[in-house]
Amino acid sequence: MIAPDWFRDDRLPHIYCTGCGNGTIINCTLAGVEEMGWKRNETVFVSGIGCSSRAPGYILTDSLHTTHGRALAFATGVKMARPDLHVVVFTGDGDLAAIGGNHFIHACRRNVDMTVVCMNNHIYGMTGGQGSPTTPPGAISTTTPYGMSEPAFDLAELAVAAGANYVARWTSYHVKELTKAVVAGMQTPGLAFIEARTQCPTNYGRHNKLRSVPAMIEHLRSHAMLVQKRDRLVAEGKPIPEGTFTVGELVRRSRPAMGVQR
Amino acid sequence: MSRTEFMQGNAACAEGALAAGCRFFGGYPITPSTEIAEAMARKLPKAGGVFISMEDELASIAAVIGAAWTGARAMTATSGPGFSLMMENIGYAAMTETPCVVVNIQRGGPSTGQPTRAAQGDMLQCRFGSHGDYSTIALTPNSVQEMFDLTAKAFDLADRYRVPTFLMSDEIVGHMRERVTIPGAVEVERPRPLAEGALPFEAGDDGTPGFAPFGSGRAVHVTGLTHDERGYPDTTDPEAHDKLVRRLVAKVESARRDIADYEVVNPDAETVFVTYGPPSRTVEQVMRDRPDDSIGHLRLRVVWPFPEFALKVFPNARTFLMPELNMGQMVREVQRHVDQPVISIPKIGGELHTPAELVRVLEAYR
Repeated sequence: MIAPDWFRDDRLPHIYCTGCGNGTIINCTLAGVEEMGWKRNETVFVSGIGCSSRAPGYILTDSLHTTHGRALAFATGVKMARPDLHVVVFTGDGDLAAIGGNHFIHACRRNVDMTVVCMNNHIYGMTGGQGSPTTPPGAISTTTPYGMSEPAFDLAELAVAAGANYVARWTSYHVKELTKAVVAGMQTPGLAFIEARTQCPTNYGRHNKLRSVPAMIEHLRSHAMLVQKRDRLVAEGKPIPEGTFTVGELVRRSRPAMGVQR
Repeated sequence: MSRTEFMQGNAACAEGALAAGCRFFGGYPITPSTEIAEAMARKLPKAGGVFISMEDELASIAAVIGAAWTGARAMTATSGPGFSLMMENIGYAAMTETPCVVVNIQRGGPSTGQPTRAAQGDMLQCRFGSHGDYSTIALTPNSVQEMFDLTAKAFDLADRYRVPTFLMSDEIVGHMRERVTIPGAVEVERPRPLAEGALPFEAGDDGTPGFAPFGSGRAVHVTGLTHDERGYPDTTDPEAHDKLVRRLVAKVESARRDIADYEVVNPDAETVFVTYGPPSRTVEQVMRDRPDDSIGHLRLRVVWPFPEFALKVFPNARTFLMPELNMGQMVREVQRHVDQPVISIPKIGGELHTPAELVRVLEAYR
């Protein structure tokens, strides 16, 4: 276990299903926090609603488990009122991209100095597997029984376009890279958005021929393409293989940020 | 040193908040409340506070609650449509016992309604608007002076009982200009700190837990889920829910004598006006025009929790008359506490009752 001092022992067992990737993402985030040398009494975890958003409840710091979609707005209040506190937000694709979409783009635009880790499992997990704004086209869910007919949001690209100072995307397979990205995001003044694609074997894999957890993680690995490789293919005029998504650091910049401790 | 100024109600509200130590304002422009946000935008940065224009009212109240958990006195101001949008997080503030102040400069509804016209149409919404059982505090100013005084008081009540507290004003008082005396200093009562060894949601004798703001080293977990005294979710045990929600309601309702704030004129009267907010101004005019000990007036400065005992101040009362700028909202609350007839005098459309209108009803029922 990474950062054992940071967990609330008395909250165990946790609610996550066997094979869920959220624990991996939490571990990577806490490894990042530990590498930053942040202290428990100066770090606040904030979340909305969903499986991802239960994470702060297992961490032994001040933590704010809020309403669906609004985590970034709550976190903005915390950080703006107490810039000396480190604020980390855990969210998911439904929480962030659907009901919280407006807060997402505005938090990125403001560049409030916080770290946002999105566990994107492409599904509403907690309510039993309904299609979300990141459910891939064609994927089966309980509300897309004939296949998802809507296009999916690219959350990382959205964060780049909206102005976040640091944006990276990795998966639950890329544990070391993800941890480094969390640290790089925490070091960058402004909003750091880290999309962590992760597996939900219970409510996504089961309906989409990805029953086994290793198969889901392998699916993430094999469809992840380094952003440098994607750029090279584009420069060479070669086609981008269908179904792939970019991973890596998408942006690191120093636009004016809010809530940075002076 | 106090100073006397000629000021707009919304401006006095902002002054009251600043004097009470409000250091965080998250808001979204909406008529007829916008002057409060504008005043806070000008003044908060100079007072070492934070003003932030959020992307909508859902975010405004969310940011206010976040700031409140750092220990800052935090507020937002809005009107009907924005108030409706805030409802979910107001329930969150009630459930998580977050002290914060929400100002509602009421306008004509439903929906977009009459943005520039006054109403008192949200009096039940501020009590019952979010889902589930809870209780809150609502104050109703009728003058520019009270916009200052009651805003400052709202912060103390919010802190003492750890509840979202509403200043339920309206376009008339918000945009009225009157003389206001601003005291040199306002006494401030902050939440009782969380005692050493106490659990973060363990209630004291008054039903309210001590407060440990973020950063004070107590590792408080705050959730809108039904939780135990540690703050940990406990969502399926009927007893846990019963215990928590009954306490959230009781800590406010059982303190209603302490929270109550009302004015009584002619306690021996037989015909008694019951008012809150600006209709009281018309009643005052009627009583100035026709001095008559048989006409009484109960004016509520706090409507929730409802001070039903105040109605007993009039032992000879035969009829209660209740002018409101709605189709009769608080009249039902009055009715259920008295045996005498309670006559609703509703008025909607944005204008105050005229003295003549009240006199007509007065003549008909006495």
